[in-house]
Amino acid sequence: MTENNQEVAHIGKSVVIKGELSGSGDLFLDGEVEGTVDLKQNSVTIGPNGRVKAKVSAKSVVLEGKLEGNIVASERVEIRETANVTGDIVTKRIMIAEGAFFKGSVAQEGEPIA
Amino acid sequence: MGQMWNTLSSQEGLCVLDLGATSASNITRLTEMGHRIYSEDLLVASADPTLVSEAADGTRILDSTRFLAENLVYPAAHFDCVLAWSFADYMDESLVRPVVERLWSVTKPGGVLLAFFHMKDAGPDAPCYRYHLAGQDMLETQPLVSGKGASFKLQRVFNNRHIEGLFRDFSSIKFFLARYNIREALVIR
Repeated sequence: MTENNQEVAHIGKSVVIKGELSGSGDLFLDGEVEGTVDLKQNSVTIGPNGRVKAKVSAKSVVLEGKLEGNIVASERVEIRETANVTGDIVTKRIMIAEGAFFKGSVAQEGEPIA
Repeated sequence: MGQMWNTLSSQEGLCVLDLGATSASNITRLTEMGHRIYSEDLLVASADPTLVSEAADGTRILDSTRFLAENLVYPAAHFDCVLAWSFADYMDESLVRPVVERLWSVTKPGGVLLAFFHMKDAGPDAPCYRYHLAGQDMLETQPLVSGKGASFKLQRVFNNRHIEGLFRDFSSIKFFLARYNIREALVIR
């Protein structure tokens, strides 16, 4: 549960999903996903075991695992030390920890992804 | 450095390529200035062990064709500014010229490239740095002492003639002396 008591859906590290993930709650994703993740009003966390090949749209995105794909986050993106991210990011605010791997572009929200 | 900063601060909406170790502050600063920043750590990519093979005579060969198929893959004339930092001093020699040729093709005509070169051999233990833009004529450096970056060794020292030869396809190059026996090269496509 988050501080505001909103439920967080949890996808464990042994789960593999191919297709579109959408909904209206926050998501903690520690498994393998290929497709799209569309949670525009919520936050998505890709955990340390997460392996995601997808376009991710969310309010905020926290990355600790591996992501190949573009991110559109209306509020913020946080790339933590253990993350490995390849893709283009459009967001208002971004934080990248030292040691994180990032290959791609970053633009402020409102700019189209080239 | 000052001229690069002037370019970055004189207009919005530039495409900027940062080829150094990922700098969160560069990403934040440049996006806040209204630019789109592309980050690609070339040295880490060049250290991919699967790029290396051995010739029949035992010579080590680095597959530059595959390296360029997987890295620096952008449309032609895409970037207004390239922050190349000191990659050329630390990269395997066989990759340096192909990388510079690719940088020429992905930089817009009139685009600006900033590179640093050692002026004298500081020994193989001269640390590679992460570079953070800190303002007009200001740069913060952070030695890479852990992770893959710590393994990069100074490979060679280019003199001015070598550097001019390396960037011969660009329209102009200016050299500036910086601190710590480093020379800056400001190259215009």
